[in-house]
Amino acid sequence: MAQRETILALLEKDGRLTAARIAVMLGLPEEEVADAVAAMEKEKVILGYGAIVDWEKTSRDPVTALIEVRVSPQRGQGFDRIAHRIYSYPQVKSCYLMSGGFDLMVILSDDSLKSVASFVSERIAPLESVLSTATHFILKKYKMQGVEFTPRTEDDREVLPI
Amino acid sequence: MNPESLLSRRVQSIKPSAIRRFFDLVNEMKEGAISLSIGEPDFVTPWAIREAGIDSLEHGHTHYSPNQGFKDLRCEIARYLDRRFGLRYDPDREMVVTVGGSEAIDLALRALVDPGDEVVVPEPCFVSYLSCAVLSDAKVVTVPCVAEDGFKLDPERLRAALTPRTKAVVLGFPSNPTGAVMTRDELARVVEVLEGSDCIVISDELYAELTYAPATHCSIASFPSMRDRTVVVNGFSKAYAMTGWRIGYACGPAPILAAMNKIHQYAIMCSPTTAQYAAVEALRSCDEDVRAMVEEYDRRRRVVVDGVRKAGLSCFDPLGAFYAFPDIRATGMDSTTFAETFLSEEKVAVVPGNAFGAAGEGYVRICYAYSIDHIEEAMHRLQRFTEKRVR
Repeated sequence: MAQRETILALLEKDGRLTAARIAVMLGLPEEEVADAVAAMEKEKVILGYGAIVDWEKTSRDPVTALIEVRVSPQRGQGFDRIAHRIYSYPQVKSCYLMSGGFDLMVILSDDSLKSVASFVSERIAPLESVLSTATHFILKKYKMQGVEFTPRTEDDREVLPI
Repeated sequence: MNPESLLSRRVQSIKPSAIRRFFDLVNEMKEGAISLSIGEPDFVTPWAIREAGIDSLEHGHTHYSPNQGFKDLRCEIARYLDRRFGLRYDPDREMVVTVGGSEAIDLALRALVDPGDEVVVPEPCFVSYLSCAVLSDAKVVTVPCVAEDGFKLDPERLRAALTPRTKAVVLGFPSNPTGAVMTRDELARVVEVLEGSDCIVISDELYAELTYAPATHCSIASFPSMRDRTVVVNGFSKAYAMTGWRIGYACGPAPILAAMNKIHQYAIMCSPTTAQYAAVEALRSCDEDVRAMVEEYDRRRRVVVDGVRKAGLSCFDPLGAFYAFPDIRATGMDSTTFAETFLSEEKVAVVPGNAFGAAGEGYVRICYAYSIDHIEEAMHRLQRFTEKRVR
């Protein structure tokens, strides 16, 4: 893997890694890593940093839904314009153009089932080029962005003279 | 009757080691202590391998396997050794699947050694070599591998240790505990010395997959003159994080392997069937998992070596296994005192180097099969510990 991609892979796994730490891990000068990260931030290769949260363990427990949206593409704009009209709402956490039986996969997070349902019926379904929607609520999260929700954390290795 | 008085002299000659006492101490302090002492991968076996084990159980494969291991597995091992290390073995006549690499070492020694035969063991080394040699009635001759030589086996020291009674030399590279790797050129000089003798090399290559650039593993059996006088011992524990499955293997010249199979057949019967199914999957589809683990070990290795050096200790650059072997003499302490004091003051467990033979005195073994966070905290404590002691 090229150096930039190696740094990205590390940051994708742990966004808190400092340049100094990455430098030691990869045997590179700290300045070189810092410069590469800064450049990638500027070029929007790195779009942001965040935490992976298990909201169920908090007082806030938002509802997440996957919405399959079928749309008719618009002349000269393809799917981009309609996608933009959907993903610009802050409740939309992810939005992808898909191959297969539907066109847009919209991942939505909101405070309640009711607010998700009304977002779909009031904001998405009425859009002119939207042909149909199908809403699937997420019941339980097992793994997200490569992280398991109930990881095995304790080190149960025996202390043996090996 | 005193049962103890009935124990064989051979077994009695193996004294409870200092390392055992130290590990008991670590176990007592397990809560709240940070360990860098466990010599096995922290990774769990890759899922595809576990799934293959589960699948074999679901299909009811719960019986003995052939004594020397399933043919499928032996064929995969033969392909793997050829593809990775250029070693060619007949899966029927030159191989046995064992209960981990440890059994293979024991089998090789028992198949070769008569009472009074000499077995050369370069130190510091894995704790089993000496005891297995003693249990096979060998006279053990140790050869020190020193820091000045990068903890590698010096051909001249080896030459001086060989006698007409030398039956075997046990080589363990990449090395537990030092992390040293021997290059092809360095091995070539050892081969030259061995060509002048009639002994067999038992080459423990369990850490063969765990090498870091620029090092790569070279098997001594890949030298044409050594092919028929080497027993290669390898396994799945370290490369595939499969320590608990207990599965390894040995390959070598047919007459020796037949003898090893004879002992294995009566003492062990066969290695675990579930583990054999899992091992087939490991060899067929898990190169990428190994690569990812090696990459992660390599990063941790750099963090440990950097941390140890920042603590004012000199540390040889280990290019294999998952151990660093820093020199702690600058603290004015011996290995045991260092390990015990570090454990009691900073609650960090490292293994005294003399546990791996007298040549390890003055060093400690730090295992980096731990998360980076864990290692960084330990290095922070090491720096605090040495601050007031390094002269």
